Amino acid sequence: MTDPKLTTPAADVAGTSAQSTAAVDFANDVGPRNIAESFRLYTQRVRGGEVGALPAVAGVIILAIIFYSANNLFLSKSNFANFLTQAAPIAVLAMGSIFVLLMGEIDLSIGTASGVCAATMALGVTRNGDLNAALGTPTYLALLLLLVVAIGITARYRLWIATGVIVLGGIFIVTKLTQHAPAAIFVSIAVGVAIGSLIGFLVAHVGIPSFIVTLALFLAWQGVLLKFIGQGAAISTQRVDLINKIENENLSPTTGWILWVVAVGIYSAYTIGRSLQRRRAKLTGEPIDLVVLRALLIAVVTGIAIYVLNENRGRTVFAKLQGVPYVVPIIFILLVVGTIVLAKTRYGRYVYAVGGNTEAARRAGIDVKRIRLSVFVIASAMAGVAGVIGASRQGGVPSDFGSHTDQLYAVGAAVIGGTSLFGGRGKVRDGVIGALVIAMIPNGLGLKNLGSSYEFMITGLVLLLAASVDAISRRRTATS
Amino acid sequence: MAEPILELRGVNKSFGPVHVLHDVDLHIYPGEVTALVGDNGAGKSTLVKCLAGIYSIDSGEVLFEGKPVHIHGPAEAAALGIEIVYQDLALCDNLDIVQNMFLGRELHSRFGALDEGTMERKARETLASLSVRTVKSVRQLVASLSGGQRQTVAIAKAVLWNSRVVFLDEPTAALGVAQTRQVLDLVRRLADAGLGVGLISHNMNDVMEVSDHVAALYLGRMAAEVPASQTSVSQVVELITTGRSGDIGLSTAAANASM
Ligand SMILES: Nc1ncnc2c1ncn2[C@@H]1O[C@H](COP(=O)(O)OP(=O)(O)O)[C@@H](O)[C@H]1O
Ligand SMILES: [Mg+2]
Repeated sequence: MTDPKLTTPAADVAGTSAQSTAAVDFANDVGPRNIAESFRLYTQRVRGGEVGALPAVAGVIILAIIFYSANNLFLSKSNFANFLTQAAPIAVLAMGSIFVLLMGEIDLSIGTASGVCAATMALGVTRNGDLNAALGTPTYLALLLLLVVAIGITARYRLWIATGVIVLGGIFIVTKLTQHAPAAIFVSIAVGVAIGSLIGFLVAHVGIPSFIVTLALFLAWQGVLLKFIGQGAAISTQRVDLINKIENENLSPTTGWILWVVAVGIYSAYTIGRSLQRRRAKLTGEPIDLVVLRALLIAVVTGIAIYVLNENRGRTVFAKLQGVPYVVPIIFILLVVGTIVLAKTRYGRYVYAVGGNTEAARRAGIDVKRIRLSVFVIASAMAGVAGVIGASRQGGVPSDFGSHTDQLYAVGAAVIGGTSLFGGRGKVRDGVIGALVIAMIPNGLGLKNLGSSYEFMITGLVLLLAASVDAISRRRTATS
Repeated sequence: MAEPILELRGVNKSFGPVHVLHDVDLHIYPGEVTALVGDNGAGKSTLVKCLAGIYSIDSGEVLFEGKPVHIHGPAEAAALGIEIVYQDLALCDNLDIVQNMFLGRELHSRFGALDEGTMERKARETLASLSVRTVKSVRQLVASLSGGQRQTVAIAKAVLWNSRVVFLDEPTAALGVAQTRQVLDLVRRLADAGLGVGLISHNMNDVMEVSDHVAALYLGRMAAEVPASQTSVSQVVELITTGRSGDIGLSTAAANASM
């Protein structure tokens, strides 16, 4: 809708019709006209430092070749599915981290936060929803206090969706509805949202550097998790179907193909339609041949993936094991929603603006504190989701859930995928691509029976490499 | 003479113990350029930021079209039609020209999605009507623009909206000769289109060339507001450096009080 206040006073300034001058002056401003031209522009951008996801995609391909030549099990049917389920929790944490990184901040607590979220969920479903009995009254009251404080914070900053989620989560807890898996899963996310608003408040309102806040909370949540379930203990969620299925069961092959057709169809129709429509309206857009080629490429690559996943990968002749793991469409939906939020909404634009130049954003009338606070809410909400997926993968919640390498891998994945540590640059998809790289390393090395020593060293080196690419490309864009 | 579109009466502003603006009066007239001059640290940028709603004033009155107004934030300044082109430009390097021009005031289509098409078209129209020919594409990232191009984008951003008063804080300080020329022409065109223009500059030739009024700040006090036709470069320089010149300017007592 056009804002009635928006006029073109400048038209009078020049004393000519803006419409006609615009047509003359920017007649050539329609973007690249064909694939060759867009390829040239793209190489120009890469040279100028805007490398995007290129290094990560190259990394995926190179690692796949190396590991495959070392052990051809790497590209086997069963390992492929296994590898996707390994990457899933990292991908979710990484997608959340990207919002925080776009702000030039960091969240080191998402791993242990996901442990607290998952534990709350697991206790709920296994103890008939009676968290008061499961936690002991003081701990139970402390949990409710956290929720109440978080409600206050989110309401103060008008983050109404977050407020709503926490309130509903609180109701589920108090009414013992958490004995039902869907409510318990929701509570995992709601606890994440509450944790995120606490972090966001300390960073954006109080002004403590996020590095310190989240380092402190990384330790604190580890303690909370121990308090929740006890030293060395674990809560099994294997008997809770809804949770267990996510990482351990698969869509039927037909459903997989139907979802593939729908997703690829919508994507192609949207991008091709947009390209045509922008050309017609004489706006900058991508050339139609590039769009079609890309849609085809995506259709082929994902099509092959679905085909492989739909093959029977069972080890025995008695039981068939085939189909796309449930977690894959979940990741896909999070990816799509996150991408739309960042690229198509005012909120997303403000996240980039605050991360790019906080002062400019403030002067443009953006509530900088609110935006800064909100990204931590998103990151921790995603930690709540990752907690559910992680519990599904591990068959439950051990007392050291998420305290090892998860958050470092998540931040690493985002950076490897091409998101800048300096803020302002990055996309949600970076988290997924980066998580694939990170999960490939232990997976590939594991098949060669090389121990964790190599896993850590190589992952560290890859991360260092990605951070260097980030720093160098930042220098290039600054000087070009 | 026309009524001022924007008027300040006795405005004071302190940062903690630092009293930056003392009882400042200022008049901005529609269709005319008022140059705001003063030495470094005189308080010019602070004054502009008070009008933009970035800082709140401690005391004094701001009148817009003769009516008292209270500007509590950038959005309220924008709602009145007051736009600022900041000294440090305030553009986001990681966003493109269109995104920067509409920052904080994005247009929506139905379903709450950003209306990129309309924004792109409006941005082009505005740039074209300002006779901007140096920018190739409105979808370029601002990081890739030269100093003069950035200045142009910042000014275009200010006139994109139905603005009534535009302040430009040292718009030519970092520019070469040709680009300075373009920006000064642009400043003049803004006034000719009926906007009230406030121009902060250290370049006396620029000031004398494009402005109708000169307002000189001296250590946070308004030394004098004089019509450009009735003053000279040497008088303005004297006002800037000593706060008085002949029988105009601050009284000796006032000038010394600020020391
Ligand atoms: N945010 C601030 N906090 C404290 N002092 C400030 C602040 N902004 C400006 N000042 C002081 O106010 C005075 C005027 O600064 P400024 O308005 O930038 O001057 P000008 O733009 O005329 O060069 C200077 O002495 C400066 O140090
Ligand atoms: Mg200044």
